[in-house]
Amino acid sequence: MNSNEAADTLGVKFEHSIISTVNFRNEISIEIKLEQSFEILSYCKEKLDFDYLVDITAVDNLGNEPRYEVVYEIYSYQHGYHLRLKTGVTESEREAISVVDLWPTANWHEREAYDMLGITFKGHPDMRRILMWEGYPYYPLRKDFPLAGKTSEMPDVAFSEPVPLNGGPFVTSPCSASTDKREPRSREFIS
Amino acid sequence: MPKNTAPVAYDSKIEGNVTFTKLDAAINWMRSNSLWPMPMGLACCGIELMATGASRFDISRFGMEVMRFSPRQSDVMIVAGTVTYKMALAVKRIYDQMAEPKWVIAMGACASSGGMYRSYAVLQGIDQLLPVDVYISGCPPRPEALLEGLMKLQKKIETEQSFVEQKKALLSELS
Ligand code: SF4
Repeated sequence: MNSNEAADTLGVKFEHSIISTVNFRNEISIEIKLEQSFEILSYCKEKLDFDYLVDITAVDNLGNEPRYEVVYEIYSYQHGYHLRLKTGVTESEREAISVVDLWPTANWHEREAYDMLGITFKGHPDMRRILMWEGYPYYPLRKDFPLAGKTSEMPDVAFSEPVPLNGGPFVTSPCSASTDKREPRSREFIS
Repeated sequence: MPKNTAPVAYDSKIEGNVTFTKLDAAINWMRSNSLWPMPMGLACCGIELMATGASRFDISRFGMEVMRFSPRQSDVMIVAGTVTYKMALAVKRIYDQMAEPKWVIAMGACASSGGMYRSYAVLQGIDQLLPVDVYISGCPPRPEALLEGLMKLQKKIETEQSFVEQKKALLSELS
């Protein structure tokens, strides 16, 4: 079996839970419904031999609905194939389903997604922040959070202050123009 | 060097004889030549700090090789690396646990100013929390730069007048 066949098997088995399947340069991304995400992932693990959860990450598509997207990268060491599964999480719910029961390594990945974007995972045994300190009031990887940060204060634990950006952030412009057009420049600050 | 702190001249040929010096000069000579660092290696600069301690650069030529991982036993905290807000108060706590006299070196761009990390998670310079004696530029600074920074600190210690100041404080208390 290869990735294509695994994707086809999923497509047949979960016909009504799959929103779309995209093949880009032999990397297959499948968009699935949130309600069936655990079921599908558990099928991937048990029946399709995806024994390795590479990563769980989340994306903030500010302005779109559903706003957040949780991305699972799974891999099979047994057969050497890879799949990417995505599921939308709405702004109002902000809750995905934990897969810690399938792959214990999901624990920290889900905590990171929670820490950075504020998405909780139903069934997670220990839903705490992992990078920022417990009690930090913001979710810094959200698109509406300023790069410079915000003021926060927790006596004896930590504090934070916005940083001086001096006209930044300085971002590159990916295009085929000459270097001086591409190199990092200040852009209008989006906050 | 200020005129009231003469350097100590030690002549092994007259060992056993009497040497005259000022108490401050003697104290400073002893302090500055056995600086025990507290290696606060927090990021990539910590690797350069380790290189400084290893054989090629050999920090022990200057009497600073006794890296102590206990704040109680160290004199100079070398903050080597990116200080995140999460780590910042831990660094402060360790500094507070160090016995006086104590000094701080901010090694590298990150420890001095936050460096390239203009971000929500990084303290913009350890000098917002601790009194820094020597800043070392570089990303990371070369081991030679760290050694020079430590030697600058030695020079600084040699100008201190802790005993004179104590005496002054005592006299003003009594009067
Ligand atoms: S100054 Fe450069 S080398 Fe040192 S910790 Fe910061 S990024 Fe790393």
